[in-house]
Amino acid sequence: MTTTTVEHTEPTALIKEVDVHLTIKRFNPEVDVRPHWREYDLRLKSSDTVLNALIAVKGTIDGTLSFRRSCAHGVCGSDAMMINGANRLGCVNLISSVGTDLVIEPVRGLPVIKDLVVDMEPFFAQYRSVLPYLIANDDPGYKERYQSPEDRARFDDTTKCILCGACSTSCPVYWANGAYVGPAAIVNAHRFIFDSRDQAASERLDILNQKSGVWRCRTSFNCTEACPRGIKVTQAIEEVKRAILYDRS
Amino acid sequence: MNIHYHSYDAVIVGAGGAGLRAALETAGKVRTAVITKLYPTRSHTGAAQGGMCAALSNVEEDYWEWHAFDTVKGSDYLGDQDAIDIMCQEAIDAVIDLEHFGLPFSRTPEGKIDQRRFGGHTRNHGEAPVRRACYAADRTGHMILQTLYQQCVAADVNFFNEFQVFDVLFEGEGSARRAAGVVAYELATGDLHVFVSKGVLFATGGYGRIFQITSNAHTLTGDGPGVLFHRGIPLEDMEFYQFHPTGIYGIGILLTEGARGEGGILRNGLGERFMERVAPTVKDLAPRDMVARAIHAEIKEGRGAGPDKDYVYLDLTHLPPEQIDAKLPDISGFVRTYLGLEPKTDPIPIQPTAHYAMGGIPTNVHGEVVIDADNTVLPGLYAAGECACVSVHGANRLGTNSLLDINVFGRRGGRAMVEYVQGVDHPDLPRSVVDPTRERIDALMNSTGHEKVGAIRGELQVAMMRDASVVRTGESLQAALQVIHELRDRYQKVAIDDKGSVFNYDLTEALELGSLLDIAEVLVLGADARKESRGAHWRDDFPTRDDANWMKHTLAHRDESGAITLDYKPVVQGRYEPMERKY
Ligand SMILES: Cc1cc2nc3c(=O)[nH]c(=O)nc-3n(C[C@H](O)[C@H](O)[C@H](O)COP(=O)(O)OP(=O)(O)OC[C@H]3O[C@@H](n4cnc5c(N)ncnc54)[C@H](O)[C@@H]3O)c2cc1C
Ligand code: SF4
Ligand code: FES
Repeated sequence: MTTTTVEHTEPTALIKEVDVHLTIKRFNPEVDVRPHWREYDLRLKSSDTVLNALIAVKGTIDGTLSFRRSCAHGVCGSDAMMINGANRLGCVNLISSVGTDLVIEPVRGLPVIKDLVVDMEPFFAQYRSVLPYLIANDDPGYKERYQSPEDRARFDDTTKCILCGACSTSCPVYWANGAYVGPAAIVNAHRFIFDSRDQAASERLDILNQKSGVWRCRTSFNCTEACPRGIKVTQAIEEVKRAILYDRS
Repeated sequence: MNIHYHSYDAVIVGAGGAGLRAALETAGKVRTAVITKLYPTRSHTGAAQGGMCAALSNVEEDYWEWHAFDTVKGSDYLGDQDAIDIMCQEAIDAVIDLEHFGLPFSRTPEGKIDQRRFGGHTRNHGEAPVRRACYAADRTGHMILQTLYQQCVAADVNFFNEFQVFDVLFEGEGSARRAAGVVAYELATGDLHVFVSKGVLFATGGYGRIFQITSNAHTLTGDGPGVLFHRGIPLEDMEFYQFHPTGIYGIGILLTEGARGEGGILRNGLGERFMERVAPTVKDLAPRDMVARAIHAEIKEGRGAGPDKDYVYLDLTHLPPEQIDAKLPDISGFVRTYLGLEPKTDPIPIQPTAHYAMGGIPTNVHGEVVIDADNTVLPGLYAAGECACVSVHGANRLGTNSLLDINVFGRRGGRAMVEYVQGVDHPDLPRSVVDPTRERIDALMNSTGHEKVGAIRGELQVAMMRDASVVRTGESLQAALQVIHELRDRYQKVAIDDKGSVFNYDLTEALELGSLLDIAEVLVLGADARKESRGAHWRDDFPTRDDANWMKHTLAHRDESGAITLDYKPVVQGRYEPMERKY
């Protein structure tokens, strides 16, 4: 049997117990006129996530707290929220990195329904408006289409989007103007505009050239900072702008 | 609480890969509603990483028959060979469909869909690992879920998002029963919705949340099997639950088998590559049940790593850093985020994690639900995906065969349902069909008990992990059963804090816990009765496979009083004769 020793750190050595103080913006439409703050104190592990902290509040202190969650590891996009002033996913931010004093609010720019749950319908309607699906009119027959690794790489970044909404709801233009499609919709248009198999780039560019489209973007980079998937959102928007100006035949 | 009534030809419950694939068959042909407790793109199909197998032969010689052989052998001869043949043949169409739908597969230099190795998939009946898994980096499931959802947007599929189904409806009694709809709870309002429909397809996914360490989402609570079991539909082969060898230590988040496909190695606390001992030919790429047991044995025999010697390592440190960046970007991110380690230089602490339900709602190859040992079809009722048991995975699923299953049998189920609903008239139901669901909800809202959902669920998960996971004995299963019975009693006294009607997850979690308890009980009863070791079901007190007595599927039935009985049905045999499973 082959044996090797590798120098390394043990992760368990870094974990410690910590006191966590949470300040959460609460709103229950059935009783409250306006949102209000509630504070909670808990003992957790430094390796716990913010989502773990919310689950602990709900399970042990106050079962009326509502928030969405599913995968618990940053792939489903359920739990975008504002943590200490920045949009993040609760499940990928550890107490050890965001701190033990946490201020948690719903994301901005979408109507709050209850506590951290916002209405995602406007967001998904914007997504649907950019034709977010492959449109290829040629019949490939009963075989795969080919695509070179370079062509595939051209739109790789924007395929990573999990529709969490962190980008759009961090954008000052999006907060101020309900008509703006927002960065997430543009990212999902980009994913098809730059896919060599797709044939409807110009239709999408027309949509994004309208008043509600890319020209609203003020390049504030909030979206890129907010994206939990590390997508270069602002760059994608710039590429779409450039395509509208120069590439359209 | 307001009650709304809707009328459709077809209702699909669940919008993961299986539900969306079925919807693409029914939309535009028959009036369809897709009901899902999560926004479709939040479904756990999106978490799948490694790949989807099909014998495309894009990078090396391969045949669907080899894929079928591997699947049969991987299933430890409990898979039905007619269904496995269909799945492996149609795998090729399924991949081509996805490519046409726009799925951004990783490509070969010539631009073909690239393929990589995966555990248990071999060339020529076990000679050596074969490149069969089509993939998109380590985000294959994400791309499948997004692509299918995109196509549903294009097809204008009618979604009821954040609606949770808590009951299934039938018309007629006894053998004249046919499916007639579902009752769903609307999360945003607390209203109940009765969907009357000619066809109902369940695609609610898995139930890993019966265990403490799991790769499954919080929302994978077995609602579909739970609802049907309560209405007298049997559950098949529930004792076969797969533990994936490489979950992040202490958390259970999955690190894909693709990591070993790319050359990753498992090492114990002494640095030994222990899989060389267990599976000399395929080593670290042995099927999951074997690797999970090997890890369990290393730990039990004191060769684990860490202060408590309770984990082993997945070692990627010898791989070229560029390869890790290109092929395993997401899992590297998970390791950095949750463990604070760098996979290029640090070996990664892992432990087996509860991953996949081989068992579920019994169906035939058309996705029709079958309710007894004679495979009698219950008209109008369908199931597909992880909640169903066709059975293509038998006692142990091979990696990549679930993404395949959801596509092949999602499509088949959708098609069969279209054909059926076009030939029958609309069910006629009294308005009172909503009462049982309303009463359950009222009871929880008005409960004056003092038991907490989180506490009961937590104790269940710990007991199942300790007594009914990778290695079981008659004694451990009896212990688990006793815990489940106590927890059931306590569940009767459960109370919730939230009495509101808007996004009351306190209530839905309480209802989900009912399904978790049912499913755990069925799993343990099946495991206790099955006095052999096969695939993922390992009994230390019966450590060999017993084909003479146990080459059969378990069917668990629940009667009106709640009593559970087991009966069995034969495995569909085919061209591959049972042999010892060596790799
Ligand atoms: C981390 C991970 C990695 C994996 N990697 C692979 C891989 O590489 N290859 C492979 O083949 N397989 C893999 N699997 C397995 C595979 O991903 C799953 O088995 C498969 O995706 C399940 O799909 P599904 O459509 O059946 O269910 P899901 O995708 O889980 O969808 C379930 C749906 O049901 C809905 N739902 C549930 N209950 C209700 C209810 N009561 N009312 C209404 N709606 C409801 C949910 O909203 C959701 O839309 C992996 C699994 C995990 C967890
Ligand atoms: S681009 Fe990033 S932040 Fe925006 S929705 Fe997609 S994943 Fe979320
Ligand atoms: S719970 Fe899925 S992204 Fe956080």
